[in-house]
Amino acid sequence: MLAAVLVMAAIALLVGGVLGYAAVRFRVEGDPLADKIDALLPQTQCGQCGYPGCKPYAQAIAEGSADINQCPPGGEDGIRRLAELLGKEFKPLNAEHGQPKPKSVALIDEAVCIGCTLCIQACPVDAILGASKQMHTVLAAECTGCELCIAPCPVDCITMQPIAEDLANWKWKYPAVPLKDVA
Amino acid sequence: MRQLFRFHGGVHPPEHKAVSSAAPIVQARLPQRLIIPLRQHIGTSARPCVAVGDKVLKGQMIGRAEGYVSAAVHASTSGAVVAIEMRPVAHPSGLSDLCVVLEADGDDRWIERTPLDLGRMDASYVRNRLRDLGLAGLGGAVFPSFIKLNPGAPAKVSTLVINGAECEPWITCDDRLMRERAQDILTGARIMATLLHSTNILVGIEDNKPEALAALQAAARSLDVPADIVAVPTLYPGGGAKQLIQVLTGKEAPSGGRSTDIGVQCFNVGTAYALARAVQHGEPLVSRIVSVTGAVARPQNYEVLLGTPMAELLEQAGHTSEANGVIMGGPMMGFDIADTAAPVVKATNCLLVKSPRLFPPPPRAMPCIRCGACARACPARLQPQELYWFARAKNFGKAQEYHLFDCIECGCCNYVCPSHLPLVDYYRYAKSEIWAREQEKNAADLARRRHESRVSRQEREKVERAERLAAKAPVKKAQATVPPDSAEAAARKALIAETLARVQAKQAGTAPENIDTNSSS
Repeated sequence: MLAAVLVMAAIALLVGGVLGYAAVRFRVEGDPLADKIDALLPQTQCGQCGYPGCKPYAQAIAEGSADINQCPPGGEDGIRRLAELLGKEFKPLNAEHGQPKPKSVALIDEAVCIGCTLCIQACPVDAILGASKQMHTVLAAECTGCELCIAPCPVDCITMQPIAEDLANWKWKYPAVPLKDVA
Repeated sequence: MRQLFRFHGGVHPPEHKAVSSAAPIVQARLPQRLIIPLRQHIGTSARPCVAVGDKVLKGQMIGRAEGYVSAAVHASTSGAVVAIEMRPVAHPSGLSDLCVVLEADGDDRWIERTPLDLGRMDASYVRNRLRDLGLAGLGGAVFPSFIKLNPGAPAKVSTLVINGAECEPWITCDDRLMRERAQDILTGARIMATLLHSTNILVGIEDNKPEALAALQAAARSLDVPADIVAVPTLYPGGGAKQLIQVLTGKEAPSGGRSTDIGVQCFNVGTAYALARAVQHGEPLVSRIVSVTGAVARPQNYEVLLGTPMAELLEQAGHTSEANGVIMGGPMMGFDIADTAAPVVKATNCLLVKSPRLFPPPPRAMPCIRCGACARACPARLQPQELYWFARAKNFGKAQEYHLFDCIECGCCNYVCPSHLPLVDYYRYAKSEIWAREQEKNAADLARRRHESRVSRQEREKVERAERLAAKAPVKKAQATVPPDSAEAAARKALIAETLARVQAKQAGTAPENIDTNSSS
């Protein structure tokens, strides 16, 4: 009886020691779950979720303080992927955070721009080029379509242009096949 | 007699080749206006190097190759550039692309052409010249040929396969080319073998083309080209590069790999012919053979200038009252042309005019019964019924696990499906959806990197500003704090007291003028 208790206690101590050592020795820097969530987010950095960027939102989801349906640019597909990763139920997009829109890029009307640099300071991905009292322009390839540059513009010269379908981005459509009704 | 091998599956659709194979190739009429797309190959679109109003000669470069996977584009006849604009092109989407519109002057005058002297030129220089001569694979994929002619490690490509199988029904452009221009094809093959250091040339021709077979054998004898002209059994898709290589050599390209991985490179006979013209005559690729067949009055093969509007070519072949649409390519792999104003391009091997008699509308699709007929027919040894299932459910990860990207879209599964399901449409949908997601992911990664670098820059600037402020602060502090009982402090105190007294005296002595006078009066 006593021997058994001692053996069990010794095993517990040994295993506890090994686990404790492993926790220190193989410590993972950062939050791997937040990184995985961040990889699924569209990186628009638009802040519509209520967090200042995709990374903070990912961290909030990982901590459990934010829901998975707060990202309009990610759309339903994005929510589905988050639900799959986190083992949660899919839920429709929370309308408080906005609606998904067709992918667009910002365009500055260069004739109207006064060169105030406010949009440059607002752009989360440094996709606007310009200097004080010089015309600004958007690098279309880098623009994520977050719309953060629109509000600060004092002369309202920035508009969102939906990306048109061309040969480079054209996709085969889902085949529309009416199945014969048997009845 | 060479030992041949078999590939898995395959089908025997009705051939309909006799419709257009009897008559010789004729020169198509010179159109008044040519529409020359700047993207006629796989890869980056060429960059226009002429301006509106320029006079150009036949064979003059009008689009320069841009990036590595690209090829130049040339004026197909002499004339003037009247526009560089978006025009409808031959594409399943029916969308427009950037084209150079050429008004022909009717002279068809060539630019000066200089043959390539292979013996005295560096191989890489020759390949660059071939890119500038616009050479791309004419079998249908239009991959820039100069890239495929780079042997990589020496003697990596021991076997060169020339593809004259032409397995798709209706199409006979390669058949007529082989019958009429066999010598040039073999000359091109010999040049390819030299560039690739290949020791072995195999020409595969399906045995339903005995005349082409005989013509090439005769040409090989007279030119003394050590090429093995092989009749391969007629079985669709025996003209697919991987299938033909398997039939001829018994070797199978690995999944996701290329034929060069097993030491074989494959070119279409049309490409070999174009290469011979380019090297021996310095001619860029400005024309190709096009089969015009199906519901037309004069089904035949035409030598067509690239950029000729399809409508003009079809008019030449003669209208029939029953025609109700045009397919570019064959019935198995081709696609419908939305607008026949679109021009003939390097990829246009056939214009197949449809009619309700020749192509009755397909019966309505029924649910998949998982009979497995598609799996038995698939030349890539895939499981089409599973791929269909996953593509339909938009389960793309699973579709990729089942090797979706090994699908060559040959259409054998469509052909045998008893439920008449458009299986290939689902695979194409899944493939383009996967590519689009890949691109989206790359864009997201780029945005993440840029955002992170912005955040780190802002933090660095904040720290630097704080450091600058901190560096200035001690100086001010040193000025402000002086020991209280030093002589300097006493002097300073005296100075302050003196100043204070002076200010007070001044305030008492000077009465405000306006107030004073107002109150006294």
